[in-house]
Amino acid sequence: MVTVTDSTQRRTPKAAKTTSVFKKAVMAISGIILVLYLIAHMIGNLKAFAGADEFNHYSEWLRTIGNPALPGATTLWLIRIILLVAVVAHIWAAVSLWRQARSARPERYVTKKAVAQSYASRTMRWGGVIILAFIIFHLLDLTLGAVNAEGSDGEPFDRMLASFQNPVVTLFYAISVILVGMHLRHGIWSATQTLGQSNRRREVTVNYAATAIATILTVGFLLTPFSILFGLID
Amino acid sequence: MTLTQDGPRSGAAGAPEKRGMNLTLRIWRQQGPTVKGKMVTYKVTDISPDMSFLEMLDVLNEQLILQGDDPVAFDHDCREGICGMCGVMINGMAHGPQQTTTCQLHMRSFKDGDTIDVEPWRASAFPVVKDLAVDRRAFDRIIQAGGYISVPTGTAPEAHATPVPKKDADNAFDAATCIGCGACVAACPNASSMLFTAAKVTHLGLLPQGQPERDDRVVNMVAQQDREGFGGCTNIGECSAACPKGISMETISRLNHDLLGALRAGARPKS
Repeated sequence: MVTVTDSTQRRTPKAAKTTSVFKKAVMAISGIILVLYLIAHMIGNLKAFAGADEFNHYSEWLRTIGNPALPGATTLWLIRIILLVAVVAHIWAAVSLWRQARSARPERYVTKKAVAQSYASRTMRWGGVIILAFIIFHLLDLTLGAVNAEGSDGEPFDRMLASFQNPVVTLFYAISVILVGMHLRHGIWSATQTLGQSNRRREVTVNYAATAIATILTVGFLLTPFSILFGLID
Repeated sequence: MTLTQDGPRSGAAGAPEKRGMNLTLRIWRQQGPTVKGKMVTYKVTDISPDMSFLEMLDVLNEQLILQGDDPVAFDHDCREGICGMCGVMINGMAHGPQQTTTCQLHMRSFKDGDTIDVEPWRASAFPVVKDLAVDRRAFDRIIQAGGYISVPTGTAPEAHATPVPKKDADNAFDAATCIGCGACVAACPNASSMLFTAAKVTHLGLLPQGQPERDDRVVNMVAQQDREGFGGCTNIGECSAACPKGISMETISRLNHDLLGALRAGARPKS
């Protein structure tokens, strides 16, 4: 007698779908969306080297993509909504898994040695919180102009100059970008694992790719602010 | 400690007397599951480097019994590295500084005068029974949730009837070496049992006999490990580094692949 599966019991409440692995998949997919956005954002930033007109023109183009078929800044708002959903989903999964991990070990070890974990993987959670704080500041500074010397009326290029000519802002930006880089170093590898796309043979390649993407993005994002700080762009 | 622990070689006539190691042990003592525990310091002397870690604990316990104290409770069974009972945290590492089981860890891994911290596995799913002994039945319940195949027992089938590719057989066997000791949970910063569950899912999922229940197995085992209160996996890799059998992170990727596929195919955990 072979008993296999009884298919009548397959329907269960939605809550059951929210396994830790499902949360991880949400984290991985929202993370991938955010990495794709970061690549586009970095390319946009590098337009600062092409001069003020080119940069401002690019900014204007972002607000008119799809015109006149789509009215106004429809595309830009679509991108913003997707990003917002991705960020919220990413944070929801992170907080939920963080809480699960905390209740999974209520009593800590007196002595605990890390054998395999990297600095990047250790800073995922606090790094993520700092990155969130940075994103809020970054939007207030350069998108809304609320905390920017040029205010909300200034041209995007002038706002960027005003921001990064201030060493404190550039320092905060640099720290955050480096944290993003480390976040990606572990995140890209982790997402590959979570989505079940890694194996022993691919593991090395995945890790090199994660380091390469993280490094390219970090350097790409740091070039513009430091060039402004040291007067290479004005 | 006055018991001599001379190895067979040092007993030869005329051989210079070899002194053993003197160690300071800081051991987690906890009377019961609901009592608060604490680290207690003990000294052991003349410990032979050829002793296993468990034999060293036996020496300590004999000493405690002679003094009329309560011996340290710790789990152990085969003392051959295959049963998975003897897991303890030694100096902050699951099963100590070597990638093996505690019974196969020898005192030569330590130096004379060392202070060694010994703690139980710490996870809410592995409650402390007493001192270093924890209740690992959560693993049994994960197995009960799907870590088996439903086949008729009886005469062994003809071996050539179901061919298995060599690569799959090797990978399945590597995963099947998991002894369920719990070092993965103990070492994981999230106290996740993912490597254990992944080893079982891989072991059965790669073989033809495991196919009919493959989707339900992964969905139910993961649901059970969440229900037991284990943490979620963040792919840090401490588990694999601590695993006495060296189960690879690849198994976790395979579990995720199977689980996401099974959820898409409509498999849902039994409530």
